[in-house]
Amino acid sequence: MAMDAIPSETASPGRDRTALLRGGTRPSPRLLERKTRLIDLKAEGQPNLWLLGGALSIAIVMILSLVLLVLWNGLATFWPKPIAVVTLTDGSLVAGEPSRTATFRVGQEVLATLPPETQAEIAANGGYANRTLYRTGNFDLYGDDFRWVADFQTRAKEFPRDMVLFERQEWGVFVGRLASFVRDGRTVTVTDPWADEVRQAHRIARDRFLQIRTIQRVEIGEVNHYLESERLRLRKAALRYPEGSRELEAARARFVEREAFYQRRFEELSARAQALMREHEAETVTLVEIGGRERVQPLGTIVRFYPANDVNFLQKLGIYGSRWLEFLTDEPREANTEGGILPALFGTVALTLLLVVFVTPFGVITAIYLREYAKQGKLVSAVRVSVNNLAGVPSIVYGVFGVGFFAYTVGGSIDALFYPEKLPSPTFGTGGLLWAALTLALLTVPVVIVASEEALAAVPRSMREGSLACGASKWQTIRYIVLPRALPGIMTGVILAMARGAGEVAPLMLVGVVKLAPELPIDGFFPFIHLERSFMHLGFHIFDVGFQSRNSEAGKPMVYTTTLLLIFLILVMNLTAITIRNRLKRKFAGSQF
Amino acid sequence: MPDTMLASPAEEFPPTEYHVRVGGRGAAVEITHFNLWYGTKQALFDNTLSIQAGLVTALIGPSGCGKSTLLRSLNRMNDLIDGLRISGTIKVQGEDIYAPGADVIAIRKRMGMVFQKPNPFPMSIFENVAYPLRVDGVRDKAVLQETVERSLRGAALWDEVKDRLGDNALGLSGGQQQRLCIARAIAGSPEVLLMDEPCSALDPIATAKIEELIDELRGQFTIVIVTHNMQQAARVSDNTAFMYLGRLVEYGDTDTIFTKPKSPRTQDYITGRFG
Repeated sequence: MAMDAIPSETASPGRDRTALLRGGTRPSPRLLERKTRLIDLKAEGQPNLWLLGGALSIAIVMILSLVLLVLWNGLATFWPKPIAVVTLTDGSLVAGEPSRTATFRVGQEVLATLPPETQAEIAANGGYANRTLYRTGNFDLYGDDFRWVADFQTRAKEFPRDMVLFERQEWGVFVGRLASFVRDGRTVTVTDPWADEVRQAHRIARDRFLQIRTIQRVEIGEVNHYLESERLRLRKAALRYPEGSRELEAARARFVEREAFYQRRFEELSARAQALMREHEAETVTLVEIGGRERVQPLGTIVRFYPANDVNFLQKLGIYGSRWLEFLTDEPREANTEGGILPALFGTVALTLLLVVFVTPFGVITAIYLREYAKQGKLVSAVRVSVNNLAGVPSIVYGVFGVGFFAYTVGGSIDALFYPEKLPSPTFGTGGLLWAALTLALLTVPVVIVASEEALAAVPRSMREGSLACGASKWQTIRYIVLPRALPGIMTGVILAMARGAGEVAPLMLVGVVKLAPELPIDGFFPFIHLERSFMHLGFHIFDVGFQSRNSEAGKPMVYTTTLLLIFLILVMNLTAITIRNRLKRKFAGSQF
Repeated sequence: MPDTMLASPAEEFPPTEYHVRVGGRGAAVEITHFNLWYGTKQALFDNTLSIQAGLVTALIGPSGCGKSTLLRSLNRMNDLIDGLRISGTIKVQGEDIYAPGADVIAIRKRMGMVFQKPNPFPMSIFENVAYPLRVDGVRDKAVLQETVERSLRGAALWDEVKDRLGDNALGLSGGQQQRLCIARAIAGSPEVLLMDEPCSALDPIATAKIEELIDELRGQFTIVIVTHNMQQAARVSDNTAFMYLGRLVEYGDTDTIFTKPKSPRTQDYITGRFG
């Protein structure tokens, strides 16, 4: 180590510092000594160091807390929780997953009904008492998913091993006991919810249910699609050819023939679906809630069930994994508060990628003109200021513009020109993925323009001169020398635009995001990519589930997991872009000398 | 710089006080009554000189005397500056490069240029040298390869880089980068090679190599070199032009300028009394 060779008596502090800067691995004894001494910031000429450092720390603490909150709640949501059975003072029973506790002020009228010793206890606490929120489920029986139980109402609390949590296709979860199920016309009483018999019956019933859904959605959907396109074909012919012409008659004949064919196919399929449906409805399961009321429903409508107080760690892990899998790969159910978010995930990724595809060329071309070709003067300065100000326009304004200009004006014209047979129902003349991406591109283009301009301006003059002196034209110089050099900076702009676009919700509500769109913008029907379709978006999903659903408490876990996923998605997309940028940067790194 | 020299330039400096006819194979570049303004500020005053083909001509003078401006006028690099105005003519092989409708790109292809700081492009060594051909639309691999090798040999760099032509040019040392720039400048087979203080950013050893190279290129190209270093001008050039405050003070063959200058200002400058 060269640094150790410097005798500490002769080394000045300045030399010590440079030794450190050069990459020394161990500070000299002198520097260590300096470190331990109290430093007078004022004497060092940095009286504001506390302010600057403090601001940074506060920012970091706030960001970290937010991330931790989302991370904890998002990850914990799907972990199976135990079911408590609470005996109330009036003798009735409440069963549910304890979800959180809070203190509350006991109302006067409630206080008056309580026994004197309880009243005294509450009074000692200054009028406050604790209460716990239980997720009781059974919305179809209770009319609510949650119930607050105050501590003073509780007489006993236990965790019986036979309490089962059922996740259902409809009506949310059911908390209760599994009494019996019907198999091949005979009723089987259940003692152990983990028994192979019931598991197997459930698996068969579930497969059957999914099969029915496939027939209804995919196969009948396909028939409907072709039938609809035949109908449009006829309509198109009717619009183009006069009444009584040979073409129109041919089209009619074709339609009649095809319609009959698809009608037969439809009847076949629905007969198959109905047969399965009868089996599905015959195999019922009897669920009993804690109060003794029964609920009978087809076994196939139970998505998942487990005795919440009788699961070991591995089983919990399995349930956790299967819930995440469902979350990531399935469609939403129960007004989006349960099930998966695949359409939203897909919509967000597709929208962001499309946004990048639109915003990058648009922004870069504008920046090239502004920086390289436009005569620098008052007009260009005004344009530049306007572009910067565009970044400050409220995003909802872009949404209004998007729906007015893109959807109604441009889309309406496209419909009139190319899809007259579908009118009055719009094709492009309403919100959709394409218009949403264009609106977001407009919203984020100032970021790209400003960043690209900076990047272009930072390309050394000597590079351009070198190229021009070789006899390259201005365009060749920009294309071969300036743009590659500016690419990392341009990428930075695109990354910023992407991050902003992926997190934007307000304008999307106007230009194509919907609450539920199980049809993905990509499917097996020509032309395979359907940019005119409305779509789902994670950001809007958070808003919808958290604030627009019938029960915001039920949607809360979903809000956290969706937020977690959205943040993770943006992180992944940004990391990808940053990796590409750094690779480019390394290519152009290396000193000039 | 003594103030008296600025007193009344027009009086003190009649156009080209001592203009010696220089020998050679005839004029490659003919500069006639050339004036240049940056906006309202005049930078060059009535310059007239003829640069001889196949020889090395050095432009010397104190900072800000206009020698770089004159050099950059020869391939119209000054066009990039807003508010530029000129009068007079510059003819390359008899063709007026400032004539209306002159093809700037064609002109620049005839004049290779090497800059003060080495400015290789952020691409491979091969692509750097091939660049002038690429912009011409040359796609033929064999032609490219042959030209790159010839140019790198011409710039005395071939032996050092022949095994790593695909490496990034920015990884070369400063002196190698400058020789790469010379290779790039001669790859387009120009008639004239313009060098704008090509050694000012280099160490003495790299400088010596570049000077050796200039000596080797003598005869193949007409070379115009701007330099601050008078020893360098004396070492490498055949003819020397001394400029001061935008005017050409004295032009003649290098030996005469450095041993028996006719103008007292030239005398003062080369003996180091000012500058």
